[in-house]
Amino acid sequence: MTTLTDDTLPVTPRAMRDEMIAFVLMALLLASVPFTGVYPFFVMQALCFALLACAFNLLIGYGGLLSFGHAMFLGTAGYCCAHALKVWALPPELGILVGIAAAFVLSLITGYISIRRQGIYFSMITLALSQLLYFIYLQAPFTHGEDGIQGIPQGRMFGVLDLSKPTVLYYVVLVGFLAGFLLIFRIINSPFGEVLKAIRENEPRAISLGYRTDQYKFLAFVLSGTLAGFAGALKVFVAQNASLTDVHWSMSGEVVLMTLVGGLGTIFGPVVGAFAIIAMQQYLAGFGQWVTVIQGAIFVICVLTFRRGVIGEIAHYFRRSL
Amino acid sequence: MQALYAQLLVGLINGSFYALLSLGLAVIFGMLNIINFAHGALYMMGAFVAYFLLNLGGINYWWALLLAPIIVGIFGMILERTMLQWLTGLDHLYGLLLTFGIALIVQGVFQNYFGSSGLPYAIPDQLKGGMNLGFMFLPIYRGWVVIFSLVVCIATWFLIEKTRLGAYLRAATENPTLVRAFGVNVPRMITLTYGLGVGLAALAGVLSAPINQVRPLMGADLIIVVFAVVVIGGMGSIMGSIITGFALGVIEGLTKYFYPEASNTVVFVLMVLVLLVKPTGLTGRAA
Repeated sequence: MTTLTDDTLPVTPRAMRDEMIAFVLMALLLASVPFTGVYPFFVMQALCFALLACAFNLLIGYGGLLSFGHAMFLGTAGYCCAHALKVWALPPELGILVGIAAAFVLSLITGYISIRRQGIYFSMITLALSQLLYFIYLQAPFTHGEDGIQGIPQGRMFGVLDLSKPTVLYYVVLVGFLAGFLLIFRIINSPFGEVLKAIRENEPRAISLGYRTDQYKFLAFVLSGTLAGFAGALKVFVAQNASLTDVHWSMSGEVVLMTLVGGLGTIFGPVVGAFAIIAMQQYLAGFGQWVTVIQGAIFVICVLTFRRGVIGEIAHYFRRSL
Repeated sequence: MQALYAQLLVGLINGSFYALLSLGLAVIFGMLNIINFAHGALYMMGAFVAYFLLNLGGINYWWALLLAPIIVGIFGMILERTMLQWLTGLDHLYGLLLTFGIALIVQGVFQNYFGSSGLPYAIPDQLKGGMNLGFMFLPIYRGWVVIFSLVVCIATWFLIEKTRLGAYLRAATENPTLVRAFGVNVPRMITLTYGLGVGLAALAGVLSAPINQVRPLMGADLIIVVFAVVVIGGMGSIMGSIITGFALGVIEGLTKYFYPEASNTVVFVLMVLVLLVKPTGLTGRAA
């Protein structure tokens, strides 16, 4: 059986250099957004989803585990962060921490349950767990059901950064995204990341070399879920609401789609995929359910003809890892 | 007590749908190594085909029961020939992603034309009314759904476990190359298997049309519950899928009576419990 990405290149100093150059270019490009007249709300939203997709990609691209329930981390962190800001009136930095902590605890529990099965079963279990949470949030009083938590105060971060100013908020979200991205980049290139890749390529061999593969996968799951929660907490400040759509299975599907379009197991792919899908939703917003049809068609086309994704194809063409 | 029996009956009916759908998933997974995410969408298509047959062609319920599974089954076989067959040899996950995309397309198209509200489908005249069993009032149509689904499930089990065709099928699941060497046309068998699994889903759709109305998203949430059923029961055994499906439906019905708040979640909670106690599922082998 072929694995998800069949042409992983070894980590060499040159590859690392290429990736760092690409990272600096991306950071500069994103930092210049407020001066270009591009609608910052759109970019902020895309950045939150990009971080979510990167977190998801850590699990599928490097651990070989396809989670079909990553919306549960996004939504849980969003709800808890929103509740902390609005009801407990905590400052933004603590609100984000509450959201991350909630996603961390949730990923400990769901990881412990779902990691017991492999492959296709793992996907079904994560999907079922996120549906379980969806129904809980539908009925729990603190989420306000169908209405969601609305009118969330953005507040002042560290007492000085006024997040109700779009430019300030933009840079805070950008710094959050870049920090999360660098952390994932570091994880992938750490000895832990190398072991994960080994497990993805050939689990029995990794076991025979003495690695406790279940523990590695569990840790990858918790890291991925917690980072997804960070994305969910940031998204609260951008959208100023937390609602059931963030926990719905269709959101989990969108994350999968973003990563697939950009390239599973590539470093920059999820970012590109997230921007592409969010832009598409933005431009096609007037076409109602046809957006769903187009998303489905992109899934089909990607799986049948374009399995490496945009960045994966570019990297393959230039024989570089990106 | 009346309410308890009524919820038990609802549970049995939902259980019939779980059984028919998880049976189809198990059969398809056995041959194609694909988890068919489009199963819910194809179940919905079954109900819509019955609706079209009645309202556009004047073809009644009984013919729809035969024709809808065939029509949707053919649609499924076209999907298999044009798309799914190219995934042979790739990671399982691509099958899940491809069929998820197909589900989005099918559901999106139907939502565009029919919105999200339900279309009524009348109970056929012969099955209208109800009878008094002494301890409860049984609507005839609901009793019919349970008994007919049970018959179809048993027939499918018989086809796969007890006939020559089923023996080829099981052999091809174990070792397709060897079965091919014996002169059996395995690719055609795979296509027919997918058609059979899809046909079972469409049949469940027709059965549910008079009870649940015909809605574009009727299969979207159902398929996730059926995934949980499959995780609980394991896909290794046909009879296991049938029994797990009905049992979970009944448990869900009982929950609706005793603790209605948890009726949406009870199947998922049971899945968690089963995973904690016996990670391979009730009938499954290690995957």
